[in-house]
Amino acid sequence: MLLDFFFRIRDAGIPVSVKEYLTLLDALRLRVANETVDDFYFLSRSTFVKNEALYDRFDRAFGDYFNGLESLPDDFLKNIPEEWLKKQLELSLSEEEKKLIETLGGWEKLMETFRQRLEEQEKRHQGGSKWIGTAGKSPFGAYGYNPEGIRIGQAGSRNRRAVKVWDKREYRNLDDNVELGTRNIKVALKRLRKFAREGAADELDLDGTIRATANNGGYLDLKMVPERRNAIKVLIFFDIGGSMDDYVRSCEELFSAARTEFKHLEYFYFHNFIYESVWRDNRRRNNERIPLGQILHKYAADYKVIVVGDATMSPYEITYPGGSVEHFNEEAGSVWLKRLLDVYPKAAWINPTPEARWKYHESISLTRELFDDRMYGLTLSGLGKAMKQLAK
Amino acid sequence: MADRFSGTKDYVAGEDLMMAVNAAIALQRPLLIKGEPGTGKTMLALEVAGALGRPLYQWHIKSTSKAQQGLYEYDAVSRLRDSQLGEESVKDIKNYIMKGPLWEAFQSEEPAVVLIDEIDKADIEFPNDLLRELDRMEFFVYETKELISARHRPVIIITSNNEKDLPDAFLRRCFFHYIQFPDKETMNQIVDVHFPGIKKQLLQQALEVFFDLRETPGLKKKPSTSELLDWLKILLAEDVPIEALQTNDQRKSIPPLAGALLKNEQDVHLFERLVFLNRRSERT
Repeated sequence: MLLDFFFRIRDAGIPVSVKEYLTLLDALRLRVANETVDDFYFLSRSTFVKNEALYDRFDRAFGDYFNGLESLPDDFLKNIPEEWLKKQLELSLSEEEKKLIETLGGWEKLMETFRQRLEEQEKRHQGGSKWIGTAGKSPFGAYGYNPEGIRIGQAGSRNRRAVKVWDKREYRNLDDNVELGTRNIKVALKRLRKFAREGAADELDLDGTIRATANNGGYLDLKMVPERRNAIKVLIFFDIGGSMDDYVRSCEELFSAARTEFKHLEYFYFHNFIYESVWRDNRRRNNERIPLGQILHKYAADYKVIVVGDATMSPYEITYPGGSVEHFNEEAGSVWLKRLLDVYPKAAWINPTPEARWKYHESISLTRELFDDRMYGLTLSGLGKAMKQLAK
Repeated sequence: MADRFSGTKDYVAGEDLMMAVNAAIALQRPLLIKGEPGTGKTMLALEVAGALGRPLYQWHIKSTSKAQQGLYEYDAVSRLRDSQLGEESVKDIKNYIMKGPLWEAFQSEEPAVVLIDEIDKADIEFPNDLLRELDRMEFFVYETKELISARHRPVIIITSNNEKDLPDAFLRRCFFHYIQFPDKETMNQIVDVHFPGIKKQLLQQALEVFFDLRETPGLKKKPSTSELLDWLKILLAEDVPIEALQTNDQRKSIPPLAGALLKNEQDVHLFERLVFLNRRSERT
């Protein structure tokens, strides 16, 4: 009974287990719901879905099961795994091609084409056409891999997702629930520990009590101390979207581990390089930006800064005002980064790209210089070194 | 089925929320409630207890709360101190065991309602420590070696503000409901329940001002239902004329007594600045 429905929900990517299924059956047996689809919908939703972010997914799966009509392709496509799209893109490009593209054209030209294309696209999009066709529109790289333009999946409808991602700039938030493989990272992060006793005294201080009792002539004199906690404070900045999509998994692992390891952890996102503002939530990155100045004032200098990014971009994005790919930045990224480093002397840049490739990118060398060579790979050894340096 | 919850005269519950509550009551499983602050999560437990005529036990979670505190606490320190003073009560360990809200609820003569408020405030391991207790509704008191099991499985309502993710194993045992921010229609009902005599026109204007204000970009804390109710209360008390609200174009004027709606100094500043800018641009 309802087994099909259960599996449909599971296939939709909602983590339901046998336990929830049995609960639902039990609820039906007890006649919690009347025999209407509405009631059944509410009941099954509150049994199966434990996160409001999955409501939409559940609605579609439910509609799909009950009348097969409500699963609109647009919505559905939002949830196509990024890997599919990425693979498709990678299929159409060979390694040599990728390299060749990197050397094509100057920055000015690239930017110009890019902006032009973007404008065109928006106009066309408003006109009602959903097709995407040009270079910069791919969410997988800053300019797309090919400035001459690749048409991905013209025949299939899945490219609509690309349009959506671009239009709304909906990069996913990093998921910190990745448990697999985070243990090693946690161990690496453990190096950055400084225990301190802070807050309310709620633990019996055995040594202190014995000493005080002895002093007290044998009468008990209880001493309490606050619990020992990791007092390290950390600000993490994540580069998100664009060329970082390739490293989403390792960044999620790092984020998960950091979240559990550091009690005082503040995280922010940026795109490509840190400018005058960053954001906390990728879904609302356009309306809820936090000025970097505010962060500099809010968090004291004893915070340690970790920036996670591939630092792979055009050097202009770092050194020139107006170099940002997304907006017009009045001051160059390097200026903002210097301000950040002035306030927080303890800082490290973690770079997920393989160390061997660093020397081929001017932007990486530039960033490294700005960071006084404190750039480390996103590997266990790199993290270990970074933490050691931060703990100094 | 004995008990059904269908909202109360003071609390407007959507159909989906009622279903979730009824499922939790019928299956005697915890109900996890999430939603924007001020949408009535905590109120729900009070209302459910009231509507079903059951006693309510509240457990408000803080960042230092331990799961054990919900069950019982053994005050070894005062026992140690008492032993030095030679108190009689020392001999019975029971004198130093303080019952927590869950114990009280388990022991209650009639079925109870337990509110575990803001579970996400506690340590990340907190929910895991309560798995067995919430599942089997029993726990063991090591000090007195007795097993406390619930006479009647209580209805457990847990609220969360989403500050921390809850473990899967915990979620599996719960029903879940996310309270959406009410739309204008529901809001009308809610206000009606709280201020039955309110003038239609005033309410209409006030709601428009309110929803406009919620749209203001960049607000740190959007005003929610509870703020709206407070604001209306003040409006009524101050006897603000409808005309004052009628220039409801947010961009030109600050609504009267806006302090009840905007709780954050920065938000007030931001809002004033926006209003000022708009006025200026209109003049030129």
